[in-house]
Amino acid sequence: MAIPTNYYVILAALLFAIGAAGVLLRRSGISILLGIELMLNAVNLTLVAFGRQHGQLDGQVFVFFVMAVAAAEVAVGLALLVAIFRKQQSIDVDRLNVMRW
Amino acid sequence: MEVAVFFVAAAVALVSALVAVSHRDPVVNVLSLVVTMFCVAVNYALLGASFLAAAQILVYAGAILVLFLFVVMLLNAPAERPAQEPRPVQRIAGTLTALAVGIGGVVVLLAFRGEAAAPAAGSGVQIGRQLVGPYLFAFELISVLLLAALVGALVLVKRKH
Repeated sequence: MAIPTNYYVILAALLFAIGAAGVLLRRSGISILLGIELMLNAVNLTLVAFGRQHGQLDGQVFVFFVMAVAAAEVAVGLALLVAIFRKQQSIDVDRLNVMRW
Repeated sequence: MEVAVFFVAAAVALVSALVAVSHRDPVVNVLSLVVTMFCVAVNYALLGASFLAAAQILVYAGAILVLFLFVVMLLNAPAERPAQEPRPVQRIAGTLTALAVGIGGVVVLLAFRGEAAAPAAGSGVQIGRQLVGPYLFAFELISVLLLAALVGALVLVKRKH
């Protein structure tokens, strides 16, 4: 039997909440980026589930685009982290206060 | 059978996601997020999106998280230390926000009652037809975006002489 769309969206909501908790509670820059990845994946899961709900492929095409944007975002984000580490010898976001007045 | 696979994949995904955001060692974080990505790929396969299941493993587990692992090892980042100035406000506010998002999402989505759907199979052929058909412009824009990200990443990590 097919699994109801409900189950997928609830799983996605829980994954999104876990990712959001990671972004809000962690202080390591890498862990914050990982939390963002988790939230993106949760949203992708809802897109595929609702795409099946409506019998359309557009949801899956959107997920493809989200994956491509996530890859670009990770490349730039990790490059920023490497640059910050070279400057400060730390990726602790609490210590990133050079732009604070 | 499918339901059993779904529940196992969902449970493993949730547990490994919790480990991924709560463990102090960044290597453990990245590796347990790999497990989560595999479970999400299993869910895509259950939803009939075979192309996306393969792409999920190739792009996320194969490329993005390996990139994370490279950076973790390159920076030799130590395990996260406890906060130097304890800020309980941040912890409480963060936990409450995440709980509100999670509970709110589950409550809103529980109200959603959908008919079981006609499966739209997502084979590579069908996705490809969509990409070079109605989504051709976005598809080309993505290639420009990836090029811009590539150049941007190189410029950011280039050493100044």
